[in-house]
Parts: sequence; C-alpha cells; structure tokens
Amino acid sequence: MLTPVVDDDGAPFWEYAAQSELRVQACAEPACGELRFPPRPCCPHCHSFDSEWRRMNGKGRIWSYVIPHPPLLPDYAAQAPYNVIVVELAEAPRIRLVGNLVTAPDAPLNSVARERIRIGAKVQVVFTEAGHEGGDGLGDGAEVVTRLPRWVLERP
Amino acid sequence: MARTGAGTGTRTGTGTPGIKDATAVVGIGQTPFAKQLPQSEKALACRAILAALDDAGISPAEVDALASYTMEETDEVEVAKAVGFGDLSFFSKVGFGGGGSCATVAHLAAAVATGQATVGVAWRSRKRGSGPRPWRNTTVQLPTPAQWTRPFGLLRPADEIAMLTRRYLYEHGASRDHLFNVALACRNRANQNPAAMMYERPLTRDMYMTSRWISEPLCLFDNCLETDGALACVIVSAERARDCRHRPVYVHSAAQGLPAQHHGMVNYWNDDPLTGPAWTAARHLWKHADFTPEDVDVAQIYDAFTPLIPLSLEGYGFCGRGEGGAFTEGGALEIGGRLPLNTSGGGLSEAYVHGFNLINEGVRQLRGTSTAQVPGAATCLVTAGEGVPTSALLLRN
Repeated sequence: MLTPVVDDDGAPFWEYAAQSELRVQACAEPACGELRFPPRPCCPHCHSFDSEWRRMNGKGRIWSYVIPHPPLLPDYAAQAPYNVIVVELAEAPRIRLVGNLVTAPDAPLNSVARERIRIGAKVQVVFTEAGHEGGDGLGDGAEVVTRLPRWVLERP
Repeated sequence: MARTGAGTGTRTGTGTPGIKDATAVVGIGQTPFAKQLPQSEKALACRAILAALDDAGISPAEVDALASYTMEETDEVEVAKAVGFGDLSFFSKVGFGGGGSCATVAHLAAAVATGQATVGVAWRSRKRGSGPRPWRNTTVQLPTPAQWTRPFGLLRPADEIAMLTRRYLYEHGASRDHLFNVALACRNRANQNPAAMMYERPLTRDMYMTSRWISEPLCLFDNCLETDGALACVIVSAERARDCRHRPVYVHSAAQGLPAQHHGMVNYWNDDPLTGPAWTAARHLWKHADFTPEDVDVAQIYDAFTPLIPLSLEGYGFCGRGEGGAFTEGGALEIGGRLPLNTSGGGLSEAYVHGFNLINEGVRQLRGTSTAQVPGAATCLVTAGEGVPTSALLLRN
C-alpha cells in the first residue's frame, strides 16, 4: 500500500494524524482565520504566512465516491472493487478529504457493501496505522508511525 | 454574423496587436495510430513534422519556432537537428499534459503575429499504447497533491475524474446514457475514418452498458484509447498562408485557462469543483471572437473521458450549468445535430495522442476534407483537456 509522500506544507497534517487527530491548516492572522486545504505556505485570502492547525471534530458527509476496478497497483487490486470517497467536513464543508469508507479502523478498503455508500451519508473519522519508518530495532533512532484517516458511517 | 477580413492583422481597442485571424494553420501531418508502433517517439515526431511541412509546402529549413507540451519526451534540440530546421528564435513548452495541446498553437500564433518568428511547428509524439501507464510509477510522484489521494487508492486519472463524474451525475440528474451518447458519437465518426483505431469497431448501447468497469461510474467505453502515434501542424502569418498549398485555416481566437483555486484533476478543494478550466478559457476565447457558441459549426472537444464533454459543453457556453448531459440527447453530437463532435473519432475512438488529433481534425473540417465532413463548416472550436489547466482555439476558414 502507498504511504503519503509528505511535503513541508503537509507534514503537520500527518504528524497530527499519527496522534489520531484530524487537524486542518488555518490562517493564524486574527482578522482572517480562514481554513485552507491542501496546506500551502501562505493564506490566499490575506497573504499571511502565519498558520495554525485547527482540530476538527471528525464529522462529515460523503460528497462523492468511486469504485475502482483493475488494472490497479497490486496491493489495491487485491482489494478491488473497493471504495474511495470524498468527505466534506461538517465544520467546514469546503474542506474535503479523500479517504475510504470502512466498517472499522483496520478493516479492508472493500469492507463496506457498496449499496451502503451514498452521497450525503454522515461519516466519522477514524485512524488506521499504515506503517512504521525509522528506528533501527535496537531502541536507537526515532520511530515514526504513519496513520491514515479513514471513515466509518455514523449509523452503520 | 460580422467578421473581420482574414489576415488584416486586426487590432484591439487598446492599440496592442491582437492575434485574431493574423495567423493560419497551413500544414498538418500525422503517423499511423496503433496500440504498438515499432518506431521510437523521436522518429514518430520527425515523421509527423515532416509530413505537416510537406502538406504546407514549406521547407524544414524555414522553420524558426517550435511549441510542444509536457509529457513530450523529444525535445527541441533533438527535433531541430533531426529534421534540419533553421535557426530557432522562439520555442515554448506548455505544462499540464493534455491541457496544453491548443496552447501550442496559441503560443505560435502569438509569436508569429508579433514578429518573433515566421514559421512555427507544434507537435505531439507519444507511445502511450505500448509504453508504461504513468500512474503505475510509484517512485516519481509529485508530493502535492498525491499525498492527499494516492494512499487511499485514488490512483489513476480515471479514478480522479470518476469522482467528479459521480458528483456531476448526482447534482444535475445526468445519467450514464448521456455519457454513452458521447462515446457513441465519437465511435460513429471513427467508423467513418480509416485512420482511426476503432474504424471497424462499431459500438452499441448494449456493449456500453454491459462493459467492464474501470472506476465506477466510468466503464471501459468512457475511457480514451491507448495509442502510439504522432501529429504536427504548421502555423504562418495569414499573408504567407495564401501562398501555401491548402486553404488557410485561421486562428481566430485562442486562450489558456487556469482558474483561481484550481487543483488539477483532483479539483475537490474549491467552492465549485464542477466549474473547471473550460469556464476560464472560454471567457477569454469568446471575448476576442467575432462569433458566439451558436455560430460554431463543429467542435473537437478533448475527450480523455466521456464526462469531459458535458462539462466542456457547459464551460464553453453551448448550454447552461448542469445542462451538458441533456445537451447530448437527440443525436445532438452526431453529424446533422446541434454540434457535431470529434469528427475523426477523438481520443475515445480515433487515437489518444493528448488531444493533438483534435487540432488536425479541426483543420480538415475547415478545409472540407474530413472523412465525416460537416457540410459548409466555417467555424470550429478545438479544446484541450478540461480538468487540468487548459487551452482552446477557435478556427475559421
């Protein structure tokens, strides 16, 4: 499975995700405060370079979804047909996150029957461990855990 | 409709030189299209370019400008030394793959109209039929926005556009039958075009509705072909065009479009993801044109995926917001319909060479030499890829 290829702007999102927190970048200029996604160096509204990462309650609705079929990369083909959804956040509907609808945090990408997936369905974020990096197995070096946001139906 | 005379070098109100009708496409060339061709991309590029110059009756030594767009692997140095160009004084490469096709002609038209060059060649050579699928490459991926999409299995362009398609169908009550109308029109025109990969392969509604899924709601026939091939065209001033072999096809208007807060094919992060680059390009395109969408006789609209057609029909002003699906009904896209579409078969059924075949077919229509000729066609819209920073041309004869 692919893990995020993180850039400077996106790094805080993934650091918070590793702590099972969903946070979105926001302008730190008090007069502005606009949320923005994907993250970027400065605010497109007021051009401030100061930003903060605002915690979201993790609730959202399915904005759209697809069901990919092969040909796909092998790890994904093994779970196909699976779902990919776009979720609009309840607290900020213009902030939309790509993810997967699953029955439980560590369930496979095809764990929800496709008949259960519909635009507008209420979902809640959960986090799944997607890999370890760093560390040398001898207790030296920092081990970095990657966690991905996934989504479960509010009313399964 | 009122049109200015071709080749008069019309000027805008501000006194700056405009490009309206100041240049013309005078040569087109192409290689065969196939799933697999034995020649290299470089060799195919050279063949298409030489064919286009021969069509124009212009010596390669006279070429002084080149334009291409990204994902083109043969660079200007290789092309120029292989086919024996003269000294080049203008060369440009436009970004965003299939969004750049029409921009090559736009850049050359601007260069020729402003005296930066005299003979321009645009080209595309690609072995996407026998070569690798770009999305399979997991090592050379741009960090943004791939980190927000690929780990979740949104891997391919088809998946990215399918996401917008599902939302489009939901918001506007469009159906798979509307997408089929697009696929069918392109296939019907390919069935008239011996150069098309799908020349001898008719399509039926039953075949479409029972075909395998690629990324629901998109099926096999909603996706373009995979093609090896190359094409090129030649642009000169309107004055010089009158001395070339074929009837000049004037570049009437040209535009690029990168909307505010646009995110490429994963355009999920702005207020209205379903109004994309076509809307931006269209505003500029029509502002500088002497005619309107109602006056367009035939359209070559970028069709890597069928849903790009209803989106583009809306963006370029052929119908209102959300009406692109309904527009396709009643044979509107067929010969004799409201807007005959992709008359050589397009990317869906002639060849997928990042949209360059749409440019050459636009030229054939206005020369009167298409295999699916629209009688008396005098105006043609050609577009590059919707869903990425795009470009478009209005051609006239």
